[in-house]
Amino acid sequence: MIDTARQPRRLFRARDHRVVAGVASGLARHLRVSPLAVRAAFVILLGFNGLGLMLYAGFWAVLPYERVTGEPRRRDVAQLVPFIAIGAGLILLQVLVLGQNASVTSTAGWLVAIVAVGAGIIWHESTPERRRQWTEALPRFPWLGTFLEESDRRLFLFRFIGGGLLVAVGVIGMVAVYVPAENSEAVVNGMLFAGLGLAGVSVVAAPVLWRTMSQLRAEREGRIRETERAELAAMVHDQVLHTLALIQRNADDVKAVQRLARGQERSLRNWLYKPTASPTERFAAALEEAAAEVEDTYAIAVEVVVVGDRATDDRVAALVMAAREALVNAARHAGVATVSLYAEVEEDQLSVFVRDRGAGFDMESVEENRHGVRGSILGRMSRHGGRAEIRSEIGDGTEVRLFLPMERDAVTSGRER
Amino acid sequence: MSLRVFLVDDHAMFRAGVRAELGAHVDVVGEASTVAEAVSRIAATTPDVVLLDVHMPDGGGRAVLEAMRKSHPQVRFLALSVSDAAEDVIGLIRAGARGYVTKTISPDELAAAIRRVAEGDAVFSPRLAGFVLDAFAARPDAPVADPELDQLTNREREVLRLLARGYAYKEIAKELFISIKTVETHVSNVLRKLQMSNRYELSRWAADRRLV
Repeated sequence: MIDTARQPRRLFRARDHRVVAGVASGLARHLRVSPLAVRAAFVILLGFNGLGLMLYAGFWAVLPYERVTGEPRRRDVAQLVPFIAIGAGLILLQVLVLGQNASVTSTAGWLVAIVAVGAGIIWHESTPERRRQWTEALPRFPWLGTFLEESDRRLFLFRFIGGGLLVAVGVIGMVAVYVPAENSEAVVNGMLFAGLGLAGVSVVAAPVLWRTMSQLRAEREGRIRETERAELAAMVHDQVLHTLALIQRNADDVKAVQRLARGQERSLRNWLYKPTASPTERFAAALEEAAAEVEDTYAIAVEVVVVGDRATDDRVAALVMAAREALVNAARHAGVATVSLYAEVEEDQLSVFVRDRGAGFDMESVEENRHGVRGSILGRMSRHGGRAEIRSEIGDGTEVRLFLPMERDAVTSGRER
Repeated sequence: MSLRVFLVDDHAMFRAGVRAELGAHVDVVGEASTVAEAVSRIAATTPDVVLLDVHMPDGGGRAVLEAMRKSHPQVRFLALSVSDAAEDVIGLIRAGARGYVTKTISPDELAAAIRRVAEGDAVFSPRLAGFVLDAFAARPDAPVADPELDQLTNREREVLRLLARGYAYKEIAKELFISIKTVETHVSNVLRKLQMSNRYELSRWAADRRLV
């Protein structure tokens, strides 16, 4: 909060302890008296031709909100009722005691007050900072917040016109009061005068308002752009720069450099182009994730092509695991830099092909106790109602073919992702 | 006589790298870094094959293709890009490129691809084959306006499948018991159908999907 000992004390409208707009409690804090006394003073001043209202509107229009950290307390509407009652009583008393004459002058005062309030509203609408403060000050009043939302142009106009109407009514009223009522010509003149005045106000205010609105819009757009930029910068910093640093440090280790570069390329591509799909939900995403893991772990490139897509279930997950095992085997034993993974979603079956052009092996020579091929690929596929074929020739590479029959209705095309 | 190759890429470093790597295999007759420069210098040098970058300022490789295709039909284009997004790949093929390879390709493979394009064949990457298969296979049974024209034959689809599985042309030939020349014919047919098909679904699919 404000350090009163050192800083020059400035007059603010209070954000907490307020009843209407925080003028009274702000004044009270400044003068170091009870807010109740200030409020009472405003109400009593109402009796003098509406002076209290005029003063209030004036203060409201020109005083800035104080800056408060933390949540402002909600306004205490209950207090408003007695003050309104007292004010009304005072005016009634004045009319009764002082008679007809006084009431005419006090009506005039009221009209001036209305003009002041209307002008205040317009003034508030026109300064963007005020309006933002308004919206900030009203987090607990969602319905009021929508009223004052800076983006809502219609309500903004509505409020502007409302203020203008108040001004017009006040002016017309004054003319009507001060000119003998029988003279209808004078009333018409007064209305014309008021209309002219209003037009004058709009001519003066409109460019300012327009400028303000476009400023706000530009500001908002700027903010959005800034956020996007910041996000990109953060991504580049967190990932790309770190990867580049690691690559420099590992410049001698070709495998490590390739692995880092490949992983970074993949994550950048995903970030730039990829619609995000969860690997636990979609077949294609799960395969791509498995391929990415193998790429990272074994420093090889996996060329993934997936045609079509569908949701996963236990059987599909098993297929993905088998494919992953095939990739791992290729990465470990084939001695190649690139493995290709092709998967196709057809109406009645899923197929996955993992192919390398590496060393190859002889199925007959694989020992019975090696679980990689038999357990993780052949066994797993047959347990889930699918089948696996392994074709390998020494020196000509290996292809693992996995097939999983499917119910017809579960298939979705790639387009529906 | 070695092949005359022209490089179009807006990155000088990349052009220098390709020139150095390809120098032994082909004759690099020129380079260009912008669309306008490419159009005028290709017309002047009339190379056998143009290696074309997809993403450049002022319209990219597509603009070059569209400017050159009518006036110089004998010049073949091979797209060479970091992007293997479906819309880039299919867009370039439709504009008339005879092949599409990514910049991660090895120099030997690139040289082979250039030779194949120069001889009039198409060069398909597994991923490109995947895109085409995806567009044709995963499609619900919508009424097709001109099925004869743009439907792939079973044989062509088989060839594409093997291509997408990472098979080389000669491996496909062995697998299907056909000659390499037949494989090349099938692939060229696929490419021709892909260019000529007026099925807007394919392009919409590619654009919607924004797949890498």
